[in-house]
Amino acid sequence: MISLSQVSKRYPGGFEALKDISFSIEKGEMVFVSGHSGAGKSTLLNLIAAIEPPSSGSIIINGQNLAQLRPAAVPFLRRNFGLIFQDHKLLYDRNVFDNVMLPLEITGFERSEAAKRTRAALDKVGLLEREKTMPIALSGGEQQRLCIARAIVHRPSILLADEPTGNLDSAYAGEILEMFKSFNQVGVTVLIVTHDERLIERFGARTLHLQHGILA
Amino acid sequence: MMGRHWRTLSGALRRLASTPLATLVTVSVIGIALSLPAGLYLLLANLGQASNGLEVQPQISLFLKPDAGKDAQRQIEKQLRSHAAIKTFRFVGRDQALKELSAGNGLGDLAAGLPNNPLPDAYIITARENDVAQMDKLRLEVSQWQGVETAELDSAWAKRLNAMLDLGLQLTFILAALLAFGLIAGMGNIIRLQILTRQDEIEVSKLIGATDRFIRLPFLYHGALQGLLGGLAAWAIIAVSAQLLNLNVSRLATLYGSAFQLEGLALGDAAALLGSSAFLGWIGAYLAVSHFLRHFRISHH
Ligand SMILES: Nc1ncnc2c1ncn2[C@@H]1O[C@H](COP(=O)(O)OP(=O)(O)OP(=O)(O)O)[C@@H](O)[C@H]1O
Ligand SMILES: [Mg+2]
Repeated sequence: MISLSQVSKRYPGGFEALKDISFSIEKGEMVFVSGHSGAGKSTLLNLIAAIEPPSSGSIIINGQNLAQLRPAAVPFLRRNFGLIFQDHKLLYDRNVFDNVMLPLEITGFERSEAAKRTRAALDKVGLLEREKTMPIALSGGEQQRLCIARAIVHRPSILLADEPTGNLDSAYAGEILEMFKSFNQVGVTVLIVTHDERLIERFGARTLHLQHGILA
Repeated sequence: MMGRHWRTLSGALRRLASTPLATLVTVSVIGIALSLPAGLYLLLANLGQASNGLEVQPQISLFLKPDAGKDAQRQIEKQLRSHAAIKTFRFVGRDQALKELSAGNGLGDLAAGLPNNPLPDAYIITARENDVAQMDKLRLEVSQWQGVETAELDSAWAKRLNAMLDLGLQLTFILAALLAFGLIAGMGNIIRLQILTRQDEIEVSKLIGATDRFIRLPFLYHGALQGLLGGLAAWAIIAVSAQLLNLNVSRLATLYGSAFQLEGLALGDAAALLGSSAFLGWIGAYLAVSHFLRHFRISHH
């Protein structure tokens, strides 16, 4: 499903964020990525989601080599992913409901079907009552759950989550990880970035450990 | 999919309505810019209409000397009949000319008051060729015949007027083309500012799989709508100006015994004005968004 071979990423300016990374993740797997700050975790997710191109090596997603992808095909590749960004990237000029609806608008869903799915996603993360609220009025944990709802609303086959439990206490973090586990149980491939080693221990899933851009 | 177009359209309308002052200024600027060439076009079209009612088939009036005499007149008639370039001619005697003049223009009293008829005998000639240069050559030739006082090319002014209207029309089109470029550039800039205020939305949309088409659409509607409103403003400006001018035009026209009135834009012309203004807004927006998307890079924390 996701396969990297000898991937390196050198940013303009010369900094090498990832060096010679090779691994593959099977369909339906749940995998953690851990490592210190600046280890290259977000960079790795950006390469997989075709947000940044690798400097060398090849990345294959669902049998498609990203290097051979036409620019016009990139949006359609991205629709396979549910993306949870480290900096949230919520739209603060529209309410909770419209934030979650966006991926469905992009894929051209019929309005009433889109509304139904949006409510289902909000229900799943426990924000159904807050659909008219503006994101700025949500707590940190609620904002994080809003990001999750937006990432799953279009039923992606791969979930890429960058520090989804970043500023949550461990009880909340555990709750969110249970949520990811339930997505994984219905067949979604899940890749979770976290620097919280204790959380990983608790779940005991496969872990890719990054250290200064090298897979340990 | 139609649903998205409606929502995008109403979204663009809401956006325009949410900044009424800025929208009003933009729409007025576009309206004024467009009303210049459109108004000129209208004026020229009206003048063309007015001059169409006039005889455009040019004629040469050949005036005889008062003392030409019957011999010279017979000689002239013979030459007229045998001249290859002349199609028809008719004689207008001085008495008849005076009668026509006094009957035609209500100058009967004036004519009656004259001690003697001041008008000369004349021939009215139509040529085979309608070409002004040819006609002028012919005029020069006949004016030198024995017993001829002078020969004048009538209706040449109508041709000249038509030529000037054509020139005016060409200038109007050049002006319109220049303004079209200006409008595209101006609209591009307006849309560029719009894009800057919605950069987050564009970035997130791109990240979660939006195509360039999807991102472009609301801006295209925005540009087209603003262009359309500008076109409507231009239409209104022209209609009001025509009404105001008509107050004076009708007074002037009555003096010339004419019922001439400035007509507003015909429906077809108005549709063309609105269509092209919306289209120009659309193009400006398209270029601005495409330029932005080409140079857009997704930012990182
Ligand atoms: N766009 C960029 N241009 C240049 N350097 C970058 C860019 N993005 C990241 N880097 C550098 O690459 C390295 C890895 O960054 P990355 O964001 O992948 O780290 P991370 O593991 O996600 O860290 P954190 O846990 O703090 O989020 C960092 O040293 C960072 O400064
Ligand atoms: Mg990171």
